[in-house]
Amino acid sequence: MITLGHYLTVSAMLFTIGFAGVLLRRNIIIIFMSLELMLNAANLSLVAFSRFQVGPDGGPNYNAQVFVFFIVTVAAAEVAVGLAIIVALYRARQTTHVEDINTLKF
Amino acid sequence: MSPFLFWLFAILMLVFGGAVILNRNPIASALSLVICFMGLSALFMSLDAFFIGIIQVLVYAGAVMVLFLFIIMLLDLRVEQLRKINLFTMSGGAAVAFAFFLQVYFVIRQLGASSRPFPALTAAKADDVHNIGALLFSNYTLPFQVIGVLVLVATIGVVVLSKRELR
Repeated sequence: MITLGHYLTVSAMLFTIGFAGVLLRRNIIIIFMSLELMLNAANLSLVAFSRFQVGPDGGPNYNAQVFVFFIVTVAAAEVAVGLAIIVALYRARQTTHVEDINTLKF
Repeated sequence: MSPFLFWLFAILMLVFGGAVILNRNPIASALSLVICFMGLSALFMSLDAFFIGIIQVLVYAGAVMVLFLFIIMLLDLRVEQLRKINLFTMSGGAAVAFAFFLQVYFVIRQLGASSRPFPALTAAKADDVHNIGALLFSNYTLPFQVIGVLVLVATIGVVVLSKRELR
């Protein structure tokens, strides 16, 4: 029997994979992909909660799905802007390695 | 919501999610991310969220990943050469991530609702586009318009960013 806890655990695992990617990888594009993984893990738990709470009309709670729709839209805009920044950074520095971009580091 | 399909797609998603951060070649990571999102969209559909599943495939596997692949090819990134790995920071980062997972896992275990199965739906199943649209244009009109402005700003911002040289 698949319960709510199964979906939440899978979502937590996906978030942890993304989190580990941000902490461990040094390539800025991979870090960006890991951010997408974390956003999607949050979406998975939102949809699981939406399905878990059946409303008075007998359908899932659609508020959470509207929320997921907004998250997907914002994530798409964020990817476009972030990749443009990465391209500009690459033009200025010829690197995508975060350890080479340390001018602001104390 | 058959358990076999749940485990199949969950394991597919997690394995390819792991491949995203383990691959040394950015193009292989991007393609693993596509398969990871496909598995995620199957999980959404197993939760009767068909619209969200379709959106996931169209927006992520379609638009966002094409953007990622274009940028990787534009920058002409090769397989990154092996740098000296600082084992202390690596193991520290892995430990932090693992501790985070354990924390979330115990919170989920404590949540009383997490051991209950999903209640059955009594309404028509494939009616979610209609319901989400109705909510979007009644309760969430202002956020919807703000999102429209945000996408416009992002579009203009991308054009400005890629036009001018950063000094």
